[in-house]
This record gives sequence, structure tokens and C-alpha cells, in this order.
Amino acid sequence: MDNMTLIAMASIVTAGITTGIGCMCPALGEGRSVATALTALAQQPDASATITRTLFVGLAMIESTAIYCFVVSMILIFANPFWNQVIKAAGK
Amino acid sequence: MRLSPDELIFWHHGLIKLNGTIVFTWALMAVLAVGSKLITRNLAMDLKRSPWQNLLEMVVTGIEKQIEDVGLPHPEKYLGFLGTLFLFVAMAALCTVIPGYDPPTASLSTTAALALCVFAAVPIFGIKEQGLGGYLKSYLQPTVIMLPFNIISELSRTLALAVRLFGNMMSGAMIIAILLTITPFLFPIIMTALGLLTGMVQAYIFSILAAVYIAAATRKPKPKPQPEPAPTPGNPATD
Repeated sequence: MDNMTLIAMASIVTAGITTGIGCMCPALGEGRSVATALTALAQQPDASATITRTLFVGLAMIESTAIYCFVVSMILIFANPFWNQVIKAAGK
Repeated sequence: MRLSPDELIFWHHGLIKLNGTIVFTWALMAVLAVGSKLITRNLAMDLKRSPWQNLLEMVVTGIEKQIEDVGLPHPEKYLGFLGTLFLFVAMAALCTVIPGYDPPTASLSTTAALALCVFAAVPIFGIKEQGLGGYLKSYLQPTVIMLPFNIISELSRTLALAVRLFGNMMSGAMIIAILLTITPFLFPIIMTALGLLTGMVQAYIFSILAAVYIAAATRKPKPKPQPEPAPTPGNPATD
């Protein structure tokens, strides 16, 4: 296998693993936080405005970790710096 | 496939390039500015008012109420900044229903600029509210040891603001593009509707987080430990 095949293989496999793990863990966290927020809502319906707002902000914070993983895997697939460098070196 | 509207080039001459991000940003700014100018040109005080004035009043009072709920007691001081952030990001997301339009917030340069605005606005509002010394002292809360962590958090949350908005908007556009090649007819429409929802939520989150950061910088430090608040008299039947 030459360098290009190795880089392509490593990038694609890593992108898949990144998105996979990066979806699983934030999903678990978000599920926990939504479940807790629902319990709190059922106990204190009066505080629904505060709970909902805090929940939204918290969910966005958690979800941003998933988004980071997504951005990294997108860079690996569509804008891979190592791949570009090898292509440039091969063109010379 | 385009990763961001930066790569969509309308016109270039020498070093100057006019890419999609700039064009769509200025178009949005023009729509927002001209629209609000037209609506506020003749405001009515009596009961007969135009539907557009009602819409604008609803938006402004809604934003004001949200800012107040976050813990900023005088929302009108921050309405200009936070309201503009919200309206721009929300408008950028809502306009994705127009064919041929790419949201400018799907480019990292736009979101980084917005996040830098927040980064600069937090100390400005903080110093205006509690003076230079008082603001700098907030970095030493709760102890001096936390100083480096407070500085790191200031930087990392700016990065997080930028990447969160960019990732969400970019992923929406990209998923629709990928789905168009696989299932061209029905599914992309559903995802577009979902993208509208995510866009609104992101606009809300972006401005609420900016408001939370500003609230944290402008809040007067609490006086030294106070006694436990007395339990509020609740409904005896429930406890």
C-alpha cells in the first residue's frame, strides 16, 4: 500500500469512528438531561419556563460536543490537510 | 460539494473576491435594515396599527422579556446588541427556504466574527456596569487560584460559540445536499423543515448564551455568606 491509500483509509475509518462515538455519548448525556428535566417539570409545573430555558441552553452545550466531532469528520473527508499535502507532493 | 458559502464566488477582480458569504450577509443586512426602517416610518400610537408594527413590537418585547429572564435587570441597555445578534442569526436560518440561498452562518468566518463581537461586548458591558476594578475582580471569583481557568473559559466559550453555530448550520446544509443525491424527492423537504427548527433554536441559544455571559460579567458580586434563606411557606398538602 502506498501513502495515499494509507491516508485515505485512515481518514475514512477515523471519520466514521469519530461520528459514531461523537453521536453516542452526547445522545446518552442529552437523554439523561431531558429525563431529569421532565421529572422536574412533572414535580413543579410552575417552574416550567425556567426549566425549559435552562434545558435548552444545556442541551445546546452538550450537543456542541457532537457538533465538534461532526466538524472533525467533515474535515477528514472533504478538506483533509494530509491528503491535500500528498496530492501536492505527487503533482510535483 | 461546497463546504461553506465561502467557496461560491460571484465575482472576482485581482485580489478582491466577492464570495457567497459576503453577498448573502449584505443582502440579509439590507433586508433587515430596510424592512425595519419601512415599518417604523409611520408608527401609530392608537389602536389602529399596521400588522407589521404589531409583528415588530411582538419581536422586540419578546426579546426584551427573554433578556430580563436571564438576569439582566435593564434589558433596554442590551436590546440593541443581543436583539441584533438574534435577528441576524434567525433571519439567516429562516431564509434557507429560498432556493439558491446559502446561510452565511454556515461559514466559519461569519460565526467567528459574531463570537468575537460577544467576546468584546462582555468586558465592555461589564466595565460599564461595575467599573474597571469591579470587572477585573470578577476574574478572581471565587478564589485567586481560579484566575487562569477563568481566562481559559473566556477564550474557550468564544471558540465554542463560533464552532457550535457553524457546525449546526453547515451540517444542515450538508445533510440536505447528501440526501438530495440519495432520495431526491420527499426526504430533503422534511430535513429542510427540521433545519428551520434547528436554525431557530441555534439563534435562540446563541443570543441567550451571549446574554448569560453578559449577565455574569455585569452582576454585582454577592455579599459575604448570608444565612440560609428561610424555607418558603409552601402548600402544606404537598409536603
